[in-house]
Amino acid sequence: MAMKKLRVRGHRVVLNRSKKGDFGITLLLIILGAVMFLPMWYLIIESLKPLGERNITPPLLYVMKPTAQNFIDLFSNINSTWVPISRYLFNTIIISVAATFGCLVFGSLTAYALSKIKFPGRVAMFKMIQWSLMISSTITGITNFFIFIWLGWLNTYWISIVPVWASTLGLYLMKQFIDANISDEMIEAARIDGAGELKIYWQIVMPLVKPAWLTLLVTTFQQVWNAGASTYVWSEQLKTFNNAIATISGVSAGAASAGSVVMMSVPILIFVINQSKIVETMASSGMKD
Amino acid sequence: MTKTEKDVKRQQPKNQKYAGKAMTKGRYIRSQMKKNWVGYVMVSPFLIMFIAFTVVPVVLSILLSFTSFNMLQFPEWKGLDNYVQLFLADDLFITAFSNTMLFAITTGPASFILAFIVAWFINELSPRMRAFVTLIFYAPSIAGTAYLVWGIFFKGDIYGYVNGWLLKMGMISEPIVFFKDVDYIVPLCVVVAIWTSLGTTFLSNIAGLQGVDRSLYEAGAIDGIKNRWQEAWYITLPSMRSILLFGAVLAITGAFGFGAIVDNLCGNPSTDYVAWTLQHHLVEYMGTRFEYGYASAIAVILFAIMMGANALVQKFLSKVGE
Repeated sequence: MAMKKLRVRGHRVVLNRSKKGDFGITLLLIILGAVMFLPMWYLIIESLKPLGERNITPPLLYVMKPTAQNFIDLFSNINSTWVPISRYLFNTIIISVAATFGCLVFGSLTAYALSKIKFPGRVAMFKMIQWSLMISSTITGITNFFIFIWLGWLNTYWISIVPVWASTLGLYLMKQFIDANISDEMIEAARIDGAGELKIYWQIVMPLVKPAWLTLLVTTFQQVWNAGASTYVWSEQLKTFNNAIATISGVSAGAASAGSVVMMSVPILIFVINQSKIVETMASSGMKD
Repeated sequence: MTKTEKDVKRQQPKNQKYAGKAMTKGRYIRSQMKKNWVGYVMVSPFLIMFIAFTVVPVVLSILLSFTSFNMLQFPEWKGLDNYVQLFLADDLFITAFSNTMLFAITTGPASFILAFIVAWFINELSPRMRAFVTLIFYAPSIAGTAYLVWGIFFKGDIYGYVNGWLLKMGMISEPIVFFKDVDYIVPLCVVVAIWTSLGTTFLSNIAGLQGVDRSLYEAGAIDGIKNRWQEAWYITLPSMRSILLFGAVLAITGAFGFGAIVDNLCGNPSTDYVAWTLQHHLVEYMGTRFEYGYASAIAVILFAIMMGANALVQKFLSKVGE
């Protein structure tokens, strides 16, 4: 009986899809999409509104005379305080780049070794890494504080950089990707040809797992870029753009919106450029229990 | 296994290179360690940092949770005192505990289910359309401070969007101070948290759905699967179980890491402590009271809840599609 219903187009079986279902799904998707997008839209509009339009009630969801004044305010007026906004931006960039770079180097070395070098203890180590994904930073926060004191890192950049090198999500994704896409035979062949492990890692594996290291790069960068400075950094000169926006929002709503727009545009842009590679990497993200 | 069988097995070399030598397990491991020493070198920079910033903190927190410690004197062993005090004498802890559970039970599953459903909805769209919808749903989770716009949207004066409309339509006579009103704080924070939470779980679901073998669907259609709902339950979900598990782990971690959103939208502490979470309680004892032993006990409880939630979800996911 089921055979009767089966429709075939060319050589492919056409799957059962009801029109009603298609319609319902599309409708639901549009509603959900609108809810997701509306705040983003409103934020962008807010950042373009001139002062006069800010006092209309109820507020408009569009802008009549778009202005760049909020962005100029953000970078000039607040520049006149004793820590210029460019300093915050500089801190954010320094921290993001250093943290991401270290994470990429140490993470990819570790992912390669865990995946392709059969050293005893690697299974246990990977179990630990998988398990660490279940822990939030709140739990490790107290003791990290002692460790920072012991290392003399309070009120320095190091606090925002080095712990990121030990983050595990990107490493986990890269290890899974190497497992799924690089065969052991290939590595064995390279070893027989006399290539050292570092050479295999750098010249054979890394070029082949470009999607994975792009993903590691993007996820780490997003995480660091969006993080405010740690509570253990109290010098205003060492704080990040994120902190500055929080401060500014108390002073000028327009400049704060402009700040949020600047803040979010960087990770979103990077994601758009790398989207297909990131999704490709996620294909091997599955976790076996 | 009898003794003789064991002995025979022991003497069989696991690796042909070592044929002829009697290999015990210990010796085999040692030889492998020697042969693959470069592996240890490659993982060591990461491993040292991982131990310092994740393993040691977890172990040390568990130990400290049984002590009283203020950083000036050596920790004093107190046994279970901290835990007893938390559950029996600290009312605010009970508030924090139940709020955290409430936040986690609402945001965790909601974000996990939304991440799957949306990924599933867009699975059959054209690649370009799929990329566009992905961006719309993913953007809030990487947009940093963008969630502060909810504060403008629900602003407490007549210039707030929601208040403006409610006033205009005559549904209220004076503006509601949403983020200070005990009736609205929790639901609003939950909505904002879900808005920012799709993240990596969502992306891995999209990839997982794309990776399901199409011939399984065709075989399913031949075997009498009638519609997409049956298809999802009997074919799609079971074949991406490992991806779902990964997503669930991240969703749980996210759901218990609630705090920054509350602080920035409602202020700290929130009105009547309605959005006071374990994280706030922990920071309070650590940052202002310097009772590190007590704070560690809170961290350990949070840790235990998260591990429990993960175990529960793993059990649940193994039943999917049966």
